[in-house]
Amino acid sequence: MTKQILKMTVNGQTEEVLVEPRELLVYVLREKIGMKGPHVGCETSHCGACTVEINGKSVKSCTMFAVQAQGAEITTIEGLGTPDALHVLQTNFKEHHGLQCGFCTPGMITRAHRLLQENPNPTEKEVRFGIAGNICRCTGYQNIVKAILSAAAEINASKEAAQ
Amino acid sequence: MNDMTPERDARVANLKGMGCSRKRVEDARFTQGKGNYVDDISLPGMLTGDFVRSPYAHARIKSINTEAAMALEGVVAVLTAQDLAPLSLHWMPTLAGDKQMVLADGKVLFQGQEVAFVVAKDRYIAADAIELVEVEYEELPVIVDPIKSLQSDVVLREDLDPKAPGAHGPRKHHNHIFTWEVGDEAGTNAVIDDADVVAEASMYYHRTHPCPLEPCGCVASMDKVNGKLTLWGTFQAPHVVRTVASLLSGIEEHNIRVVSPDIGGGFGNKVGVYPGYVCSIVASIVTGVPVKWVEDRMDNLMTTAFARDYWMTGKISATKEGKITGLHCHVTADHGAFDACADPTKFPAGFMNICTGSYDIPIAYLGVDGVYTNKAPGGVSYRCSFRVTEAVYFIERMIEVLAIEMDMDPAELRRINFIKKEQFPYQSALGWEYDSGDYHTAWDKALKAVDYDGLRKEQAERVEAFKRGETRTLMGIGLSFFTEIVGAGPVKNCDILGMGMFDSCEIRIHPTGSAIARLGTISQGQGHATTFAQILASEIGIPADSITIEEGDTDTAPYGLGTYGSRSTPVAGAATAMAGRKIRAKAQMIAAYLLEVHDDDVEFDVDRFVVKGAPERFKTMGEIAYAAYNQAIPGIEPGLEAVSYYDPPNMTYPFGAYVCVMDIDVDTGVTDIRRFYALDDCGTRINPMVIEGQIHGGLTEALAVALGQEIAYDEMGNVKTGTLMDFFLPTAWEVPNYETDHTVTPSPHHPIGAKGVGESPHVGGVPCFSNAVQDAFRPFGNRHTNMPHDHWRIWQTANALGLHH
Repeated sequence: MTKQILKMTVNGQTEEVLVEPRELLVYVLREKIGMKGPHVGCETSHCGACTVEINGKSVKSCTMFAVQAQGAEITTIEGLGTPDALHVLQTNFKEHHGLQCGFCTPGMITRAHRLLQENPNPTEKEVRFGIAGNICRCTGYQNIVKAILSAAAEINASKEAAQ
Repeated sequence: MNDMTPERDARVANLKGMGCSRKRVEDARFTQGKGNYVDDISLPGMLTGDFVRSPYAHARIKSINTEAAMALEGVVAVLTAQDLAPLSLHWMPTLAGDKQMVLADGKVLFQGQEVAFVVAKDRYIAADAIELVEVEYEELPVIVDPIKSLQSDVVLREDLDPKAPGAHGPRKHHNHIFTWEVGDEAGTNAVIDDADVVAEASMYYHRTHPCPLEPCGCVASMDKVNGKLTLWGTFQAPHVVRTVASLLSGIEEHNIRVVSPDIGGGFGNKVGVYPGYVCSIVASIVTGVPVKWVEDRMDNLMTTAFARDYWMTGKISATKEGKITGLHCHVTADHGAFDACADPTKFPAGFMNICTGSYDIPIAYLGVDGVYTNKAPGGVSYRCSFRVTEAVYFIERMIEVLAIEMDMDPAELRRINFIKKEQFPYQSALGWEYDSGDYHTAWDKALKAVDYDGLRKEQAERVEAFKRGETRTLMGIGLSFFTEIVGAGPVKNCDILGMGMFDSCEIRIHPTGSAIARLGTISQGQGHATTFAQILASEIGIPADSITIEEGDTDTAPYGLGTYGSRSTPVAGAATAMAGRKIRAKAQMIAAYLLEVHDDDVEFDVDRFVVKGAPERFKTMGEIAYAAYNQAIPGIEPGLEAVSYYDPPNMTYPFGAYVCVMDIDVDTGVTDIRRFYALDDCGTRINPMVIEGQIHGGLTEALAVALGQEIAYDEMGNVKTGTLMDFFLPTAWEVPNYETDHTVTPSPHHPIGAKGVGESPHVGGVPCFSNAVQDAFRPFGNRHTNMPHDHWRIWQTANALGLHH
C-alpha cells in the first residue's frame, strides 16, 4: 500500500514518519514515535486508554487514522510533566490512590488534563461526566474523581496566588 | 524501656511499615506513561501473530486452504493443527485435567475458536492474511444450554470415550464432565423433609467475563544460538507457565525464562494458558525470530476465560423460630467446550462448598455437575477465590428467600444464624475450618452505621406512597454478609497441575542497609511493590523506601504459584514475614557479637537490636547489615539473605457486612444507588489506603456483574456481547461513592494475621446489589429474579408483578 509522509508535532517535537493510510494513530504514536503511554484497550472508542490531545481536544487515538493527524499538535501523557517536575494531576493521582494497574492511567490523566482546561472548577458530577469516556477496571473511580478535584483546587490556588 | 517515646515513634514512622497508608511506589512510572506492559515490548525483527477464528459455534472443518494467505507479501507462516500435530501441540492439557484444542482439529466447538495462526510482518498484513485463509465448514447442531446438553444425542467432544471416566470420576453422558459431591445428601434431605419451614429457589448466575482493560498477550523469543526461550506475557502465574511450557515443548525448564511485565489488570482472566501462547512459541521456534500475539477486545470477550455460568437450585430448611437446620444445593455448571476451569486439581467446582456461608448450618449437601456446551472454555474466578462468588451469591439469596418464606426481617434472620465468635475455629458441614471471625460485631456495626431500622421505616413509607400513586420509585435495601475462603492453599490438598500451592519470598540485604525481595507472586495492580515492602519493613527494621520488591521474572524470583484467589497476602505475604524473621534471627546473632553479649541478651526494637535493659547500647539494622559483609564473625557465614517457601496450614476466611440502598424507577427500570456501606474484616491491615482502593474496585466490578454485565449467546452460539458496546463496564457516571469501614479479626495461623482483601468486595458486593433490587420488589411478591438486573430486566420484573397499570 502506498505510504504517505505524515508530519505532526508530538509533545512539542516535530515528527515526520512514513505511514500507510490505514494505520491507526495509536499504533503510529506507540510504535513509530515511541510514545507508549497511550494504550490499546478496545479498538472501538469505548475504553479511552488511548486518549490523547489533538489540537486542544481529547481524542481516542485507536479509532483515528494517523494520516488524519497531518499537521496536528498532539499531546500524550509523556508531554505532561517531567520526572523532575510532575504535572499536578500526576502528583494527585498518586496522592489519592487514583490508579492501580496503571493501564487506563495515561488516557485518564490526559483526559482529566483537557477536562480542567474546558472547566477549571468542575463539580464532582462534572468530573464524573467529563471522564465517562474513560474506563477504569480497578479503582471504582472514587479516588480518580478525588484526585482530579484536588488537582483542580491546587491549580486554582496557585493561579490565585500568582495574581 | 519506654515504648512510647517520641524518638521511637519517629523511628517507627520512618519505616513506613505495616498499618500506614504508604503511597505507592508503582505510581511514578504509571502516571508518566512509563509502565512496561506486554504490548510495549518491541524486539528487533519481531513478527505479529493473529488468529483465523471460527464464525460457527459447532462445525466440522472440511478443509483449510492457506495458499492465498501464504502468497501475500509479508506473511511468514500460517500454522494449522496439521502443522502442530507432529509436535503433539495441536491439543494441550487444561488446568482442570481436560485437554483443549490449540488449533481446530477436525471441528470447532465454539464461536471464535482458534482455527489457524497467521504470522506476518505487521498487524495489518496479518489481518489481510486472515481474510485470505479459506476454511470450509459443515455446520453441526449447536447446544448452548447445559441442561439440554445432558439430554442431547449430539456428541460435542468426539475425542473423548463416552464410557471412560474423566479427570474427576465417572461421566453420566457424552456431554457430561464430572459430578462432584460434598456433604451428606440423605441426611440433609431427611432434615429438610421434616423441617418446620423450607424455602426453595432456582437461580442462574449468568456467564460473565473478567475483562481486564489490558487484553491477554505474549511475546515469544526463541534464541536458537543459546537454546533459550524467553516468554513475556500477561501471566498471573508466571512460574506455572514456565513449567507448563517446558512440559509441552520439551524444552528443559532451565532454558525457559518467563517474564510477567506490568499487567493491566487480571481478575482471573490471565491465569489460564491460551492457544495464543502456544502458537507464539511454536511460531518463534519455526521462524527463529520473536513473535508477538496480543488479542483484541473481541478476542478477549469471546475466547479467553469467562466466569460463572452456574445454574443453581437450593433448598434451605429452618425451625419456626428461624434457626437454619439444613441446606441442599445442586449446580449444573456450564464449562463450555473444554473444561478449562482454573481451580486447584482436587476441586472441580472450586470452593463452591463454602456455600453454607457465614451461618451455623448443621447439615448440608452440595452436588455439582459439569457439562460441555458450544461456548468458550474457561470458568475462572473473576475477582474471587475459586467459585466463591457463586457460593456466596447462592447462600445470600437463599437467606433472603427464607426470610420471605418466614415473613422475617432478613437482617434478623442472618443474626440468629451467624456462627458465633466462640465457635471459631469452626468446622463447616461441607468440610472447611473457618479460622476466625466475629460476625455479630461486624453486623451490628454495619446496621447501626446505616440506621437500618430507619431505612426500613422509610422503605415502608415509600411503598405506601407508591400504592397511593404519589411516587413511581421504589426503594431497595440490599444486605449481604459474606465469608470468603482465600489463600489457597495448603499443599496437602491444593495443587495446580501437581504443583503445591505454596508461595515464596527471597530477601537480600545489601551491605549499606537497603534490600531487595523477590516473590513468587505477580501484581496486576494490587500494589505489591508497596505493601510487601511494608511487611518487611516492620519485620526487619529497614525502611520500606529502602526495599525493592521484584516479581514476575522466573530467572530471578523464587518459584511460586502466582496471584489469584486473593492468595498473595495470605501465602506470599506469610512467606515474606517468615523470610524476614530468618533475616532477623541472623541479625540478632550478629548484633550480639558486635555488642559482645549473648544472643539472648539482645532484643529487636523497631530498626535495631538493643541490649536488654540498656537501650543506649544497640546496633541498627544498617550497622548489622554492614557487619554481615565486612567482618569475619566466628560461626556465622558472611552475607545477610534468606528465603522462605510458605505452605499455609489453612485457608484464611475474610468476611464483611455490606448494605446497599437503591432507588428504582418502576417505569424505566433505572437504578440509582443512593448509598453503599461496606465493612470489611481482612484481619491485620497492611496498607489502609490500598485496602480501600481494592474495595472500591471490587464493589464496582460487583455492580457491573449484578446490574448488567454478561456474556450472552443466541441459540446459534453467536456471542451477543463481544464488544464494549454490549458488554457492560461501568463508567464514573454510573458508580456511586462507597463508604468503607472495618473491624479487625486477625487470622490466628498467619504470621502477621492478614487474610487478603482484593476479592472480598466483589464476593460480597454482587449479592448486595442483587438483593437491593430484589428487596425493592419484595412487598409486591417478588421472590427471586435472575441477574443481571439491567434496566430492561428490572422493567420486566415490575411488569410481571403488575406494577405498570
